[in-house]
Amino acid sequence: MEGEGGERKRGARLCCVCKKSRASVKRPKTLEQICRECFYDAFESEIHQVILENQLFSPGERVAIGASGGKDSTVLAYVLSKLNRLHNYGLHLFLLSVDEGITGYRDDSLETVHRNQIQYGLPLKVVSYKDLYGWTMDEIVRVIGLKNNCTFCGVFRRQALDRGASLLKVDKVVTGHNADDIAETVLLNLLRGDVARLSRCTSITTGEDGPIPRCKPFKYTYEKEIVMYAYFKKLDYFSTECNLPFFSSYFPL
Amino acid sequence: MQLTLEFGGGLELLCDSKKIHNVNIEQHNGEDKLIMKDLLAWVRTNLIKERPEMFMKGNTVRPGVLVLVNDCDWELNGQLNTSLEDKDVVVFISTLQGG
Repeated sequence: MEGEGGERKRGARLCCVCKKSRASVKRPKTLEQICRECFYDAFESEIHQVILENQLFSPGERVAIGASGGKDSTVLAYVLSKLNRLHNYGLHLFLLSVDEGITGYRDDSLETVHRNQIQYGLPLKVVSYKDLYGWTMDEIVRVIGLKNNCTFCGVFRRQALDRGASLLKVDKVVTGHNADDIAETVLLNLLRGDVARLSRCTSITTGEDGPIPRCKPFKYTYEKEIVMYAYFKKLDYFSTECNLPFFSSYFPL
Repeated sequence: MQLTLEFGGGLELLCDSKKIHNVNIEQHNGEDKLIMKDLLAWVRTNLIKERPEMFMKGNTVRPGVLVLVNDCDWELNGQLNTSLEDKDVVVFISTLQGG
């Protein structure tokens, strides 16, 4: 029973799934009070179900994981790698990173991806704005200032991922967009009245008519659970916000 | 009361980029009891050096900040009413940055 105020006797709850171990997490998705091991099982098997039900992959496919070094992509790389082994998806997985050339932000997060490459045993490809376009974001901002740079960066990154994916000769790109991200996107498109985007933005797979489709295995995964999973499993990720949008109209208030 | 406080997910930037803080909290009410609500107020006053609104909203943590006491979700122990004991480890993680 939930508390009626006053102090709580701690550590008194048992996991509602195994009923043996102490509960460590209250899952926001299901409100279950669950121990760590059962949480890992639930988290991983739900993602496995999403992959199966939406037929996200076929055996033998080469799949690039868009990896920024942040919590979502690190957990995605870890979980996908594990499920690939456990359930024999037969996928060839790669880490694909984009270096926008933002000093103090991207260089640090790329170090994380290099560590992930070793930790997860996945080959890594880094594509940089400098190589692809001849400009780093720092250089672009010096020319256009701090307004609208997020818009440029978003467009460039999308294309950079496509270019990296074709260099790797992959069949698919996966990104770590989670349920919270998709909810935000829906609200944003609603507020902007962007009907076209609104109709596309909840698709789990996009770009099927293009050369390299993209999918979001974390579409139904809650951000809090991704962070809890990463914390308990001691996964290595980087989490400082990009300092460029601080002055732009994109900065969340 | 001796506590170890850890800040992650970007919150460490609000406390001089230091992730782990070993603190000693003097209680004013003369009792041994300390609850999370009191700890939060103490942290805001004593550890948060900038942008306190990124850590707290009103008397609780800002939405998106997870709190664990001895690796247990504070939601299981009454959130603000979670009682704290000597040598406890309290972890604050922001879920808001990066992907």
